Amino acid sequence: MTVSANGSLALAGITKSFGAVPVLHGVDLAIDDGEFVTIVGPSGCGKSTLLRIIAGLEQQDSGTVSIGGRTVDDERPKDRDIAMVFQSYALYPHLTVFDNMALPLRMRRLSKFERLPLVGRALPDAVRRERELVAGVLEVARTLKIEPLLRRKPGQLSGGQKQRVALGRAMVRHPRVFLMDEPLSNLDAELRVHMRAEIAQLHRRLAATFVYVTHDQAEAMTMSDRVVVMMGGHILQVDAPGRVYADPADLQVACFVGSPRINLLPGVVSATGVVDILGMALALPRAPAVGTRLQVGVRPPVVGVGPASGAGLQGRVTHRENLGSDLFVHVSVADEVPSVVARCDPDRLDSVPIGGAVSLSFAPDKVLLFDLDGKRQRGNA
Amino acid sequence: MARRDDRRAAATLAGPASFLILVFILGPVIGVILLSLTDYQLGARGLRFIGADNYATLFADRTFMTSLRNTLVYVGVVVPTSVALALGAALLIEAGAGLRAFYRAAYFLPVMATLIAMAIVWEFMLHPNFGLINLLLRWFGFQGRDWLQDRSTVLMTFAVIGVWQSLGFNMVLFMAGLTAIPRELYDAAAVDGADDAWERFWTVTWPMLAPITLFVVVISAIRSFQVFDIVQLLTHGGPNKASEVLLHTMYTEAFTFFRTGYAAAITVVFLGFVVALAAIKVMFERRTRSA
Repeated sequence: MTVSANGSLALAGITKSFGAVPVLHGVDLAIDDGEFVTIVGPSGCGKSTLLRIIAGLEQQDSGTVSIGGRTVDDERPKDRDIAMVFQSYALYPHLTVFDNMALPLRMRRLSKFERLPLVGRALPDAVRRERELVAGVLEVARTLKIEPLLRRKPGQLSGGQKQRVALGRAMVRHPRVFLMDEPLSNLDAELRVHMRAEIAQLHRRLAATFVYVTHDQAEAMTMSDRVVVMMGGHILQVDAPGRVYADPADLQVACFVGSPRINLLPGVVSATGVVDILGMALALPRAPAVGTRLQVGVRPPVVGVGPASGAGLQGRVTHRENLGSDLFVHVSVADEVPSVVARCDPDRLDSVPIGGAVSLSFAPDKVLLFDLDGKRQRGNA
Repeated sequence: MARRDDRRAAATLAGPASFLILVFILGPVIGVILLSLTDYQLGARGLRFIGADNYATLFADRTFMTSLRNTLVYVGVVVPTSVALALGAALLIEAGAGLRAFYRAAYFLPVMATLIAMAIVWEFMLHPNFGLINLLLRWFGFQGRDWLQDRSTVLMTFAVIGVWQSLGFNMVLFMAGLTAIPRELYDAAAVDGADDAWERFWTVTWPMLAPITLFVVVISAIRSFQVFDIVQLLTHGGPNKASEVLLHTMYTEAFTFFRTGYAAAITVVFLGFVVALAAIKVMFERRTRSA
């Protein structure tokens, strides 16, 4: 494999400040050739800045970016073998769809002189290259099923169509790395779900490296090989989507991923291997030292709802959300703690009336422990 | 039923504005057109309908033809120069980091200033003996000129003043247009390979400024056609008609020679140019909107 055909990506110690405001604090990340990696985090966490640094649109204060094993810090965006899809699509409004898609090829393959209107057409070499370029654009348009749109201007396209054209413009050069900055956030919900699947399929077909930035955890969980969770300019965790959910390294990750949010209850290690949660003793064999105060995280599907007489945490149903496939039951267990959300089978709707008393139980091996700073305590791992 | 009510409501609502347009714009225009077909003189008791005679006289009149040619030359120099310089200035100011507000204010000053006052300043600066311009030229070893009394320089001198005056206005319009261009387009252009200043300008800036440019060109052209006050103040169209312009000719005919009908014909010619410019603007705007 030649170096240029390798779409691996490595970031080492990337820092960036805007004026006095630090945005990235030493980010390290390695992405394999052909991987689909999603960078997810709340707005302002630095994920878009990181993407722009990879693209070369922003210069990092320190650290290095390597693409395909080659340091590209001094290279301009067009020389980095990357393509980018923007949130606003950034199509050139005065050019047709065809010309929008052809522009990156014309910029690369034709000289300044050959790109001149009229004059350029008269040069034999340019005519031949223009013909090749047309073939390239048509092939991509066929792949994306946008051939009927080629003569239109961006103003005459719907959001979904613009999205496809923006993808097309990125694809024509066959870059090794695709960078996508919240490409679906301007689409309506239904189209977003559809495009999610389409982009994932596109990734499989192109076998190129995709770096995808989003604030939407559903996009991160459904599309990617690995998820990078970023907060406050730090990478908190890099893992497969399933592991980010089931085995978060940090309380912030646990809270950010998963809907409804993870339940948090105060706990204290009352005896060796026993954690007391609001008066309920839970046997957790490898809990930390006696007396340690903890935050106990329990995801809604892990909460078991039983009759009031049962063992476990006693509470009262305050709210129910029946989604048809899932029934979320909100149970108030103590005044000082927010209601615990449990996921139940919708068939059990009648057994959890609002105001009714219930007991909650947690499977000990599914409970996540965090210290008061939010660091994961793998006592029950 | 409902549609007829709607129509009546629309007519009622548009009524006041339509009435004002009729009284203050269309009425006078029709009046001027009718007047241009008569031999009316200011203060005369009666008038005679003489058809297109005024227009026939007009195009045989050496003064009018000189005036028309001078006006076209003036517009032809002032519009492209002030538009190009304004675009350049706007690009430079937007590209630089500091002093943006200062430059904007400095360039805009001539637009705010009363031209009559400024004309007097220009007159002093252009004075053949103790004017700043000739003093400077002599300093550098060049021969000064009597800029306003020399037939070969007077029109170009007015053109320079015209450029000076409209530059700031055009520049502010261009700056507004520049800030409205989405940053992401420049990012996309950089990734696509258009990343030096030249390519960025032709790929993003110029096409995105096209509607503003059209507006600036049309507005500058209309304003240039209206050049009058500085000519009236500094040269009265002289020397030997070398700075005679349309509005000045019209003014002279109407208020010096009292040939109102004839002056109305000049006004109609002037209106023809302005309407043509407005029509070009509307036409282009329709086309870009439907595209």
